[in-house]
Amino acid sequence: MLCQECEKKPATLHFTKIVNGEKTEFHICEACARERGEGIPGTANGFSIHSLLSGLLDFEQASAMNAIGAKPQQQIRCENCGLTYTQFSKMGRFGCSNCYVQFGNKLDPILKRVHGSTSHVGKVPKRAGEQIQLRREIEALRLDLQTRIEQEDFENAAQIRDRIRELERNVAEAEEKHG
Amino acid sequence: MSKRSYVEEALSDWMKGNGPEADVVISSRIRIARNLTGHPFPMLATNQQAQDVMKQLTAVADTGKLEDYGPFETIALSQLSELERRVLVEKHLISPNLANESRSGAVMLSGNEAVSIMVNEEDHLRIQCLYPGFQIKEAWGLASRIDDIFEEETDYAFDERRGYLTSCPTNVGTGIRSSVMMHLPGLVLTQQINRILSAITQVGLAVRGIYGEGSEATGNLFQISNQITLGQSEGEIIENLHNVARQIIEHERAARQRLLEDSKVRLEDRVQRSYGILSHAMIMDSKEAAQRLSDVRLGIDLGLIGDVSPQVMNEMMVLTQPGFLQQVFNEKMSPEQRDIRRAELIRKQLQHSESDHGGV
Repeated sequence: MLCQECEKKPATLHFTKIVNGEKTEFHICEACARERGEGIPGTANGFSIHSLLSGLLDFEQASAMNAIGAKPQQQIRCENCGLTYTQFSKMGRFGCSNCYVQFGNKLDPILKRVHGSTSHVGKVPKRAGEQIQLRREIEALRLDLQTRIEQEDFENAAQIRDRIRELERNVAEAEEKHG
Repeated sequence: MSKRSYVEEALSDWMKGNGPEADVVISSRIRIARNLTGHPFPMLATNQQAQDVMKQLTAVADTGKLEDYGPFETIALSQLSELERRVLVEKHLISPNLANESRSGAVMLSGNEAVSIMVNEEDHLRIQCLYPGFQIKEAWGLASRIDDIFEEETDYAFDERRGYLTSCPTNVGTGIRSSVMMHLPGLVLTQQINRILSAITQVGLAVRGIYGEGSEATGNLFQISNQITLGQSEGEIIENLHNVARQIIEHERAARQRLLEDSKVRLEDRVQRSYGILSHAMIMDSKEAAQRLSDVRLGIDLGLIGDVSPQVMNEMMVLTQPGFLQQVFNEKMSPEQRDIRRAELIRKQLQHSESDHGGV
């Protein structure tokens, strides 16, 4: 098999990349791999994930445009750093944290494609996220409560219910304090 | 602790100890990406803005709060020569991206080199914890505690819906990349590797490694990491990687056992042949070195070679890299010269190791 980049040398590196269930195969020679910085352990940051990503982003934009009758959309620009959505879709990178706010729901399809999800469920910063943390904890307790009830473990269920009430009071108080 | 030791010693302190499951898992790594709110990400930042971010983040080290995790030293990338940067990359202490592209980049390194905190890489802050063997959960624990320290002192870019905001949408959410580096000669030799690797990629994990002719990988080293960072908690992400890696470890061990039972002499021949070549060859390119070192490592793990310590193998993995070779011999070399020096270094290391163990 010949290298799919230069089509001269035999392809010695065979990559399969799977992003969110989508499979891409590369068959390239070592020289081209080096050039592309393609996953050589220890040397490469890997991946032209950015080129792959910007392909996806362009695709999203093109299909969105087709849907509204091929009229170029009004340019969205981040007020903080000046990056436009078009620039973002070319580079596959954001300019600052505010871009996430400015591009808002437009990001849902791409995040869904990359991660299969659009919202965060993990760690929350302590200082910035006390409220968020409380709400998450309550949510988790509610789930637990449900299972306990299903298992007819009423003793523990009652304890969990009380804990949820307590946390909810905390949330309400904190919200009052902050106006 | 000075910059010298970081660039002169091939083996980080942490690598000298043997981690759990060291016969299959070489190292476990966690990297988390964080940014400061309001500041443009490094790619768009002006020099002044990048400087400001560097000052804010390196100031955290000055608070002394990191000292619980060892003495830290802050090194600005501008203080390092090109070769020194390359050596740090080969030791996995900094990323190629930080070494080559960063403006106002810096790294805070812990004395034992288990923690490396990069500033102005693709994101403002990248915290990396590297443990020997299979200790992915421990690595996350440490990274998360260091993350908490930075969070106390700086304002992170965090959004309730999207999580930790990162320069690249592939990192948003938890900002975590967890990975294990595995040595899988048994699965390669028994030709099960492709089947297993393709199964891995079905569950949201990525595998990196160089594939040589056919399905044989150079050095039989594979890095397995999570791809998804949004919609799963850190615990789930790590648990998933942990469980998959655990299964691969069992498969690899079973494959080695089968090789021992079915074709012991052939396996021994392969291992001893590579050992002999490494001990005596005068020219050794990096690809051959990787393959032969893999054979010898397998021989050590299976008890076929008794007089070389496994740590020597870890050390040689780094020592035989182009940048490190030039550092050791203190000269710039052509690839041909490097192959000669590499062979020389390996011969010395193996002899040294044998005498340490009272061998021939």
